[in-house]
Amino acid sequence: MIPVCRQEDLPEGESVRVDTAPPIAVFRTDDGSLYAVDDTCTHQDASLSEGWLEGCLIECPLHAAAFDLRTGVPTCLPARHALRTHLVTVEEGVIHVHVTVREGTAA
Amino acid sequence: MRTVTIVGASLAGLYAARELRAQGYDGRLVVVGDEPHPPYDRPPLSKDFLTGRADEDRLALTDAEERAGLDAEWLLGVRARGLDTAARTVLLEDGRTLATDGLVIATGAKARPLPGAHTLRTLDDARALRARLTEGPQQVVVIGGGFIGAETAASCAALGHDVTVLEAAPLPLLPQLGPQMAAVCATLHRRAGVRFRTGTGVTGLRRTGPATAVDLADGHTLSADIVIAGIGAVPNTAWLAGSTLALGDGVLCDEGCVTASPQVVAVGDVARVGGVRAEHWTSATEQPRAAVTNLLAGRTLATPHPVPYFWSDQYGSRIQFAGRYRPGDTVRVTEGELLDEGPGDDGFLARYERDGTTVAVLAVDRPRPFTRARRELGRAVETATT
Ligand SMILES: Cc1cc2nc3c(=O)[nH]c(=O)nc-3n(C[C@H](O)[C@H](O)[C@H](O)COP(=O)(O)OP(=O)(O)OC[C@H]3O[C@@H](n4cnc5c(N)ncnc54)[C@H](O)[C@@H]3O)c2cc1C
Ligand code: FES
Repeated sequence: MIPVCRQEDLPEGESVRVDTAPPIAVFRTDDGSLYAVDDTCTHQDASLSEGWLEGCLIECPLHAAAFDLRTGVPTCLPARHALRTHLVTVEEGVIHVHVTVREGTAA
Repeated sequence: MRTVTIVGASLAGLYAARELRAQGYDGRLVVVGDEPHPPYDRPPLSKDFLTGRADEDRLALTDAEERAGLDAEWLLGVRARGLDTAARTVLLEDGRTLATDGLVIATGAKARPLPGAHTLRTLDDARALRARLTEGPQQVVVIGGGFIGAETAASCAALGHDVTVLEAAPLPLLPQLGPQMAAVCATLHRRAGVRFRTGTGVTGLRRTGPATAVDLADGHTLSADIVIAGIGAVPNTAWLAGSTLALGDGVLCDEGCVTASPQVVAVGDVARVGGVRAEHWTSATEQPRAAVTNLLAGRTLATPHPVPYFWSDQYGSRIQFAGRYRPGDTVRVTEGELLDEGPGDDGFLARYERDGTTVAVLAVDRPRPFTRARRELGRAVETATT
């Protein structure tokens, strides 16, 4: 579980990148919900925390693949693989991500 | 339509195949490609593939599962050599003829050759160059300072080679970016320790033992272990000579990618759509949607007006440009800053303005405001055309 930032430091419609390996992007959508996915687009090499957030979709800033933040699944090309999603919780006003361990790797 | 043939099995061809199926075409689909490889992505060839950061499996545009779903016949490693529009047949190099009701031309472009120099257009080109570059530090001369030349130079420098870039024009990328921002891109070479010589052309290449002598118009000669030419691309239209299609720096089509024959459309680098030929990844992926709609309808229904967009990765910087620059546009840096004629540490966003409106944007390492500005441009175009 990794602390990200204070809740008030992530306004609606904004995102923040957490420098884990690999990095994670945390988003607050316009309705206030928090989501976290791997930050690197599964298509090539772009940071999704720099993308365009609309509802629950994040559009990649390089070739415009869009991903559903709830599932990590791409909703259009050129991405063809899903992002890993991570659980987000708020404890005492601080946002935390729970890093999902990649399948097949030791915890 | 019972049979549709796509000639060119790369980016635009694959997107056309996907669109045909997505738009409900359930007839026979044949894809002809002269390269032996299944569709792969070219942009990484001069970037992560050359430096070894991405392997061949990262280049694949599709997989066996998707190809099975597309239910197409893939004729790979065979070149189309002719088109008979009256008889509706595509002639193949191996003597076969394909009868077809509809045709998508997606034959792209090929690197303008320079005998004695490597070019970088295909996977085979990139494999050959990558093999040479892993032989240890060498003197590399890159001819051409455009996007491909600059990316290749950056990759060679990253691999530890001694690199010189030659550019015949006074600045690289002048027609695309204008003088101010072209100068900023030139600074990237200088900062990386790559020598950059402008304003002189190459008059010839000579083999001198294991090295190559590059003769310049100003009388100088450079010695190189590896010479790479990035001097532009030529649309692959030669196979259409003798057909009734109008050719001239590409296959001429209307705004909806439709040629003078309603059953023939052209997409991607080979297509001159409404007078403009774009050599960009995004156009090659966007045009097939309208082209396929029009092909299936038998007339031009869809005419997209996309905002041109391209990106380039050089010397660790990501350059993104959208819109169209014209000489006389005013350029203003609106975010970040320039430092010593190059991008500052946090990159920058520059707006190109004409008569008080933004007509293009350029960003170096500023993806988020760039995306916003690019979308604004897209909305402005929509409003102007509806
Ligand atoms: C090294 C490199 C880096 C690039 N980087 C960028 C970038 O950063 N950003 C960007 O926006 N764009 C970039 N591009 C441009 C982008 O890759 C092209 O715009 C895109 O590939 C065009 O796709 P296409 O399908 O139209 O043509 P192509 O990719 O050229 O494909 C055409 C295919 O048709 C085949 N063919 C040709 N003639 C025949 C025939 N007679 N019969 C059968 N098959 C035939 C060709 O062999 C080829 O496989 C780059 C290109 C290169 C080469
Ligand atoms: S890197 Fe995200 S769509 Fe290409």
